[in-house]
Amino acid sequence: MNSHVKITQTEVADLSRRSFLVGTAAAGLALGYSTVPGMLGADQAFAATSSFDPSVWYSIAPDGFVTVTCGKADMGQHIASTMAQIISEELGSNWRDMRIQLASNDPKFNDPVLGAQITGGSWSTMMNFDAMSRAGAAGRIALSEAAAASMGVPASELVVRDSVISHPKSKKSLTFADIVKSGKATKTFTPDELKAIKLKSPDQYTMIGVSVPQLDIPSKTNGSAKYGIDVMLPGMVYGKVVTPPVRYGATVKSVDDSEAKKVPGFIKAVTLDDKTGTTTGWVVAVANTYANARKAADALKITYDGGPNAKLSSESLLAEAKRLQALDDSGLFFVKDGDTATAFGTAAKVMEAEYTTNINIHAPMEPMNATAELKGDIWHVYSGNQFATRSGAIAAGAAGVDPKFVVMHQMWLGGGFGRRLDADMMVPAVQAAKAVGKPVKIIYSRENDMTMDFSRPLTFQKVKAGLDGDGRLIALNHDVVSAWPTQRWGIPDFLSPSVDKKGALDAFTVNGADFFYTVPNHNVRAIRNEMAHNATPSGQLRSVAPGWTFWAVESVVDEIAHAVGKDPAQYRIDMLDGKGANAGGAQRLRNTLLAAMGIAGYGTKELPKGEGMGIACVSSQERATASWTACVAHVAVAPSGEIKVKKLTVATDVGTQVHPDNIRAQVEGAALWGLSLAMYEKATLKDGGIEQTNFDSYTPLRMSQVPEVAVSVIANGEHATGVGEPAVTVIAPALGNAIFNACGARVRSLPITTEAVKSAMKA
Amino acid sequence: MPVLNINGRNMSVEAAADTPLLWAIREQLQMTGTKFGCGAGLCGACTVHVNGEAVRSCQTALSDVAGKKITTIEGLSAKGDHPLQKAWIAEQVPQCGYCQSGQIMQAAALLAKNTNPTREEVIDHMDGNLCRCMTYSRIQKAIMRAASEMRTASNAGTERRPT
Repeated sequence: MNSHVKITQTEVADLSRRSFLVGTAAAGLALGYSTVPGMLGADQAFAATSSFDPSVWYSIAPDGFVTVTCGKADMGQHIASTMAQIISEELGSNWRDMRIQLASNDPKFNDPVLGAQITGGSWSTMMNFDAMSRAGAAGRIALSEAAAASMGVPASELVVRDSVISHPKSKKSLTFADIVKSGKATKTFTPDELKAIKLKSPDQYTMIGVSVPQLDIPSKTNGSAKYGIDVMLPGMVYGKVVTPPVRYGATVKSVDDSEAKKVPGFIKAVTLDDKTGTTTGWVVAVANTYANARKAADALKITYDGGPNAKLSSESLLAEAKRLQALDDSGLFFVKDGDTATAFGTAAKVMEAEYTTNINIHAPMEPMNATAELKGDIWHVYSGNQFATRSGAIAAGAAGVDPKFVVMHQMWLGGGFGRRLDADMMVPAVQAAKAVGKPVKIIYSRENDMTMDFSRPLTFQKVKAGLDGDGRLIALNHDVVSAWPTQRWGIPDFLSPSVDKKGALDAFTVNGADFFYTVPNHNVRAIRNEMAHNATPSGQLRSVAPGWTFWAVESVVDEIAHAVGKDPAQYRIDMLDGKGANAGGAQRLRNTLLAAMGIAGYGTKELPKGEGMGIACVSSQERATASWTACVAHVAVAPSGEIKVKKLTVATDVGTQVHPDNIRAQVEGAALWGLSLAMYEKATLKDGGIEQTNFDSYTPLRMSQVPEVAVSVIANGEHATGVGEPAVTVIAPALGNAIFNACGARVRSLPITTEAVKSAMKA
Repeated sequence: MPVLNINGRNMSVEAAADTPLLWAIREQLQMTGTKFGCGAGLCGACTVHVNGEAVRSCQTALSDVAGKKITTIEGLSAKGDHPLQKAWIAEQVPQCGYCQSGQIMQAAALLAKNTNPTREEVIDHMDGNLCRCMTYSRIQKAIMRAASEMRTASNAGTERRPT
C-alpha cells in the first residue's frame, strides 16, 4: 500500500498552513487557499510565483460566470468539468454559468491531498471531492451572508439555487452577479471554519449524479480546443528531434549539418546536454517551419556511441528477469503475511506458473511536444502535462535555472495515459530555445514518440501456490520482476518501505498483488530488473502495475480452481470472506463479481462448442484507492487458435457517481484499452532500440475490432472512487480464463496471440 | 507561392510545393483544428476534404491541391452545427478530443454521399481513424444519429416542396 495515499474524507487535506480567502477583487470574487506547500521546495517556488493568477479554485466574475481553475491535467477524463460540477453542487450555481480553465504550475494549485500537481492513479475525483465541495460551500455561505445583509433578512432563510439567492418569505432575490457587483461578499474562512462547514448529504444533491454536458466537449467538435501542439508564439521557430537508434544510453559522437544547411529556413542543429538524464544522444534540428525542420533533421548526419544498452533485446531483459527471480535474496517484500515456507511444507499440492507481459507503448494521438520561451529571467513552457510540479523542475534542470523561474502553461492533453507524467519534451524545447534565442516549438514525429516512449515495462512474474487437502489456497509466493518506473522519478515520497523495512520499493510495480482474497500465508516480492530499468526507462501506463499483477493473480486463481475441480467463481467468492484487513473491500468485490456474472448470464446456459466465458475481479488501482471491478469475457475460439471476443461485461463499484455518463465512457474506454493491451499491442526491444515506429507495426484497437461492451456501475453511497483505469486491468485475465473455458488452452503471456492459443491447445 | 482554396477563401502560403498540406494549414494559416498524429496516413487525425473527398493532409503535398477546394474542420459548418458536430455533442463523444476533427471530417465525407449507411459501412469507412481513448462506439452512435437527422431534414424538405 502506498503510504502517501490518504483518502478518507476526514483527513483529506492538511489545512494547517493554509488560509482560505474569500474576498471581492476588481476581477470578481476569488476563492482559494493562499499557499499550499509542494514537494520540490515549493515554499521557495511560491515566493517567486506569487505574481501568478491570485485566485485558486474558482472565481465569480461580475457578470455571474463562475470560472473554475482545474489543477489536474485534463486528458479526456473531463476532470476540469468534474471539478466544476462538484463546486457547483455546493455553490448553488447554474451549470450554464460554469466555465473552466487549466492551472499553471503555481503550487497554490497543488492537489490538496498529494501536495503536488500530478494527475494519475485515477485519484483526482476521490482526492479533490472534499476540497472542491468545501470551496463551493464557502462561496455559497459568503454570497448568502452578503445577500442577507443587503436584503435585511436572516441568512438562514435564504434559498440558493441556479446562481440566484432568494428569500421566499419576502420574495426578494439577488443573482450571484448582483452580489459580486456590489462588492459586499467579503467573508474569510479560517482553516477550522472551512473544516467545520457542513456539506450536503447525498440525498440533497442536485448536481452530483447528474450527467451534465461536459464543458470541454463543444470545443472538441469544431477544432477550437487548444492542445500543446497548437501553441503559437510570436517569433516562434520549430524544432524536430533526432533520436538515436538506442532507447537510452547513447551519446552523440559527431553532427554533420552540411546537407541540413542547404534546407531553406534551417537555423541550427542543437545537441542536447541533458543534465537531468531524461534523454541521451538527442539532437534538435531547428528551422523556421516544422516542414523545414523535418527536412533538416533528415539531412543531418549524426554518428553515435550506442552505449551500454546497445546490444540488449526483449529476450535479454526476460532472461535477466528470470535470473533475478530465481535468486533467494532478490527484491523487497511488498507483502509478507504468515509463513509461506512452512505452509508449502504442509501443502497437499503445489502449483507453479510464470506470467509475462511485453513492452507497451502509450502512443497518445497527440505526439509529444513542448514550446519554450525565455522572457526576462522567466522560462515559459507550454505543454499538456500530467505532472507540472516535476515537469517544471525538469525544464529548469535543462535550462540550468532554479525551478522557481519556470512557469508551466497547461494545455488540453491529446491523450495522456501516463505518458505525459514524463517531461522529456521539455528538455529539447528549453535547450533549443536557449541555443537560438527565440521561442521554439518541439514536435516529436510519431517515430520519435514511439521509440522514445517511457513504456510499460516488460514484466515477468512467478507464482507458486500451495493448496491444502480440500483444495484451499493456503500459501502463495508471488514474485514480480520489472523495471521500476516510479523510482526513476527520484522522489522518495513516491516509494514505499518494504514490509520488513529493509528498503524502499516501487509499489507502482506490485499494486494489486496485495489483493482482497484471504490467503493465510502470502509473500509478494518486488524485484527491480536493473537491466530493463536502464535500457527501457519505463513509465506509468494506464492502470500501471495492476495491469500486470492481476494478469498473474486472476489467471492463477482460475488455474487453481480448475486444478482442484471447483467453479472459478465460487472459488473466488470463498476467498473473499472479508476476514481481518480485507473486511469491507472483499465483500464489495464479491458483490461486484456477482453483479457482472448475473448481467452476463455466467453459468446459466450451455455455450456452443468453441465458446467460453471467463471471469476476473480486481481491486485496482491500489488497495487504498480501489474501484471494485469485475469482468465476464465471452469468447469464441476457432480450431486455428483465432479468438473472437463476443462480449465484455464489466461491473464496477465506484461508491458515488459524480457524472454517470462519464463513468460509463471512462470504463468502456478503459476496458477497450485492456482488450487492446491483451490482444493487439506489443513492442519489442532489439539492439537496444524499440522496433515499432508507427501505427503500422504498433497496432492499438481499431473500430472494426470493438466487441460489444456492457458496463454496469454500482453506486452504493461510499465515497467516490476513480474510473479511468481499473477496468483496464480486469480484461486480460478474464479473456485468458474465457479462452481456457472455450478450448482448454491456457495462455500466460501478453499479448495473447493466435499462435500461443493454438500451441496451448495441442499441449 | 502556392495559393490554396480553403473553406471557401483563397489563401497564399509561404511554403515549398512539396510541403505537406497539414503543416501549411496548421502553421502558415494557423488553423489548428486539423491534427498531426502519425505523418504516415495511418491514423486519420489530419483528415480534411479535398473536393469533397476525405484525404490525409499529412500525405498530400501542396502541389496536389492546387485549384482544388479544401475544407477543414473549421469550415465544415458556419457555426459548428453540422449534423455530425451536433451529434458529437449529443452523444458526448470526445474524451481527449484530439482525433475527433479527423473523425468528424472522415464521417462527413461518408454522409455527404450516403445518409443511410449500415453499421458495416460505417465501420469500413471509419476503420482508418484511430481513437486512442477508444470512443469508437460513441462515434458510431453519433454518425447514425447525424445520418438520421440528415434523412429527416431531407424528407421534410421533400414533403414541403408540393405546398
